[in-house]
Amino acid sequence: MRGIISHGVYLPHRRLDRSTIAAVAGTGGGKGSRTVASYDEDSTTLAVEAARRALRSTPARPGALWFSTVTPAYLDKTNATAVHAALRLDDSAVAADFGGAVRSGVAALRAALAGGPTTVVVAADVRTGLPGSADEAAGADAGAALVVGDGSDAPVIAELIGSGAATDEFLDRWRTPGDNRTRQWEEKFGETRYVPLAVAAFRAALADAGVEPDGVDHLVVASTHPRAAKAAIRKLGVDATKVVDDLAATVGNPGAAQPALLLSSALESASPGQVVVLLSLADGADALVFRTTDAIAGHQVADPLAAQVSSGAPLPYGKFLAWRGMLTPEPPRRPEPARPSASAAGRSEDWKFAFVGSRDRSTGALHLPPARVSRDGGAIDEMEPAPMAEIGGTIVTFTIDKLVYSPSPPVVFAVVDFDGGGRAPIELTDVDPGDVAIGDRVAMTFRRLYSADGIHNYFWKARPVRSTENPASEG
Amino acid sequence: MASHGIKDRVAIVGMGCTPFTEAWDKGVDDMALEASNEAFAAAGISKDDVDAYWLGTAQSGMSGITLARALQLQAKPVTRVENYCATGSEALRQAAYAVASGAYDVAMAVGVEKVKDSGYQGLNAFPIPNDGTTRTLTAAGAFSMVAPAYAEKYGVELDDLKRVLARIASKNHFNGARNPRAQFRKEMSVEQICAMPPVAGLLSVFDCAGVADGSAAAIVVRAEDAHRYTDRPIYIKALSFVAGNGSGLADPDYDYTWFPEIAACAADAYAQAGISDDPTSRIAMAEVHDCFTPTELVLMEDLQFSARGTAWRDVEAGRFDLGGELPVNPDGGLKSFGHPVGASGLRMMFEAWLQLRGEAPDDRRISSISGDRNLALTHNLGGYPGEMVSFVSLLGPELG
Repeated sequence: MRGIISHGVYLPHRRLDRSTIAAVAGTGGGKGSRTVASYDEDSTTLAVEAARRALRSTPARPGALWFSTVTPAYLDKTNATAVHAALRLDDSAVAADFGGAVRSGVAALRAALAGGPTTVVVAADVRTGLPGSADEAAGADAGAALVVGDGSDAPVIAELIGSGAATDEFLDRWRTPGDNRTRQWEEKFGETRYVPLAVAAFRAALADAGVEPDGVDHLVVASTHPRAAKAAIRKLGVDATKVVDDLAATVGNPGAAQPALLLSSALESASPGQVVVLLSLADGADALVFRTTDAIAGHQVADPLAAQVSSGAPLPYGKFLAWRGMLTPEPPRRPEPARPSASAAGRSEDWKFAFVGSRDRSTGALHLPPARVSRDGGAIDEMEPAPMAEIGGTIVTFTIDKLVYSPSPPVVFAVVDFDGGGRAPIELTDVDPGDVAIGDRVAMTFRRLYSADGIHNYFWKARPVRSTENPASEG
Repeated sequence: MASHGIKDRVAIVGMGCTPFTEAWDKGVDDMALEASNEAFAAAGISKDDVDAYWLGTAQSGMSGITLARALQLQAKPVTRVENYCATGSEALRQAAYAVASGAYDVAMAVGVEKVKDSGYQGLNAFPIPNDGTTRTLTAAGAFSMVAPAYAEKYGVELDDLKRVLARIASKNHFNGARNPRAQFRKEMSVEQICAMPPVAGLLSVFDCAGVADGSAAAIVVRAEDAHRYTDRPIYIKALSFVAGNGSGLADPDYDYTWFPEIAACAADAYAQAGISDDPTSRIAMAEVHDCFTPTELVLMEDLQFSARGTAWRDVEAGRFDLGGELPVNPDGGLKSFGHPVGASGLRMMFEAWLQLRGEAPDDRRISSISGDRNLALTHNLGGYPGEMVSFVSLLGPELG
């Protein structure tokens, strides 16, 4: 039996109210809101946050990581390796990118389901378009992760029971490398191509699974072409009440991450023995049929999607444009930070990417960053690794620094004491300066501090724990 | 193993100090030359009479050549030192120890900093290649975290503390207004300072040191030789230095209401000088490192001028005012005099030199010196709360 053993999603904290777009852009916008990655997030950090949540709910140790995105932080260099480092996966686990096209998200899932070791399939995208465009309003920034395995190290909660595909070469949406927008052919043409492909893939998958359309309990449709998706759904013979909300009104469409995001949403509400179909329309159609197992009843989801959808805070449209590079405000008159050193970063990989300190074995003194010599007693090389990324903390004191360089000033900075010991002076994120108080609870989050010389400087920040969130683990 | 110090073994016999200002028309060479020449003249010697030089500059030049070239020193040993914002004090410390060791008869410390060539406001550290995980915070931001921690621990309302901090800045502006070499020579009321918008935590720009270019210099000789150069030498009673191990950043026991490095440094300095009772019974003035107003507040306690949790009351009572019981920063301090990093420690000693010799201008001459109470303390720090270097000197006009 091979299938999904865990899942997790990550929605960034900020929301853009679509009704605020037209006043500035002169056009576009609409109803509802979309999620927006912070200035310090990119597809890699979104992937880390989603994968952390998926792995939090399972004891499985993945042997492979497939990362899909249309908006990679790097080309030529693999992005999945940073995710691998942040998750502290074994060195022997392979990590690779499935990049470029939206279809790569579902393709990575197909690859994981086809066999191999327990695999984290994570997809993340930062979707935008020109100001006032449909893509800008309809897009979303999110990460979604599925852990796929054969049940050997953790129970399968949704078994793959059938699959189908249909492929065709036609031009609907396209973007040349380096461009900041996607262009689209007349919508009606894509619809004429997508609908038959969707029907063919869906029927093939159901036949493979031996399931009739009325046996489908949850139909997930991911699509870069909403009009085609709507038309296709009408032809599948599945009752409209079985179609899973595509979250267009509250989240938007996160591109390569949409299939895993919506599948995760369906699995959160599925009960044992149900049939869940994922149908994805992107340069063809992919259909995957799952049957949930008894294990899904006892599966605890870390930070469920519904709670994340209902939290978040508004972001003004001007800041949205600035964060996406569509508007360039005057930067602070401070020197820009220097690029991080590759060799120095390499030496401190566990600290920089996974927030691992060191603990003096005899005195318990925690060192952040890790140290060889204990500040308590002076023992040398008597330390053990102290992974702190999943440990909650409390703000001891803080400041708002309006002088220091930041891609989005001011810097909110706090001294954080971690549960069970350890302290770090650390930048806060996803917070409004006026809302910080001594005693506030925080959780750690993987971010991109800044980029210099084309090098992205990844490290951890602290963010306030949301009221809808389970308290971070006690150390 | 002990910190013996060099009490009464070395004397300062000549000093110089440029005005501290945004010196757009002067470079490192100009300022170092100006301060050095003033010091040579005060000691009645020439550059050739100095056996060895120490140059203190945080980031305005590399190696001793920076000074050797500026002054055209001929085959002299010149050492460049750096120890954060305590760089100038470090230069003096090395020169004094060199004389005390007997290696040289005459040594000179020159501190200089050219900060206004960067094109940016404020001080900007030269980046050393690193892993990109170091703190993203200005010094103002780091020191601003002291204020709420102090208020919380000692039950002071934040608004009251804000006025106390403003009073420190106002006092230093009052003193600086009476100092022709100071960068800012305008008095500022507590109300004016409180009305400024914050830039880091509670702090406005008026809680921060002035950023200036400048240079200061001192010539030291063995104490027994001092009267060959001047009638009124200033004797070194103590030179203490502590480099913190950075543990305050990672240790949950550190509460941001004091600076352990400075407390340890002060205790060592008092021991070197043979002061075992209340140090304020011997100290008539202090020049301290008021990089930010909360720093000066906490220093009053770390240096044992005030008991823990009471410095804010002493500030309010005017105890550290120019005419107070223990004048602090009578020259205006970093706040008003300005802070050319490598020069500041020597600038502090320059004020002690003027006051202890009775050469300070009438309108800022302190009246607290009497009998046994005739020492000046200078305190110079570098770094941030939790990871700091500290320097304390004690200077006096008489032996014994």
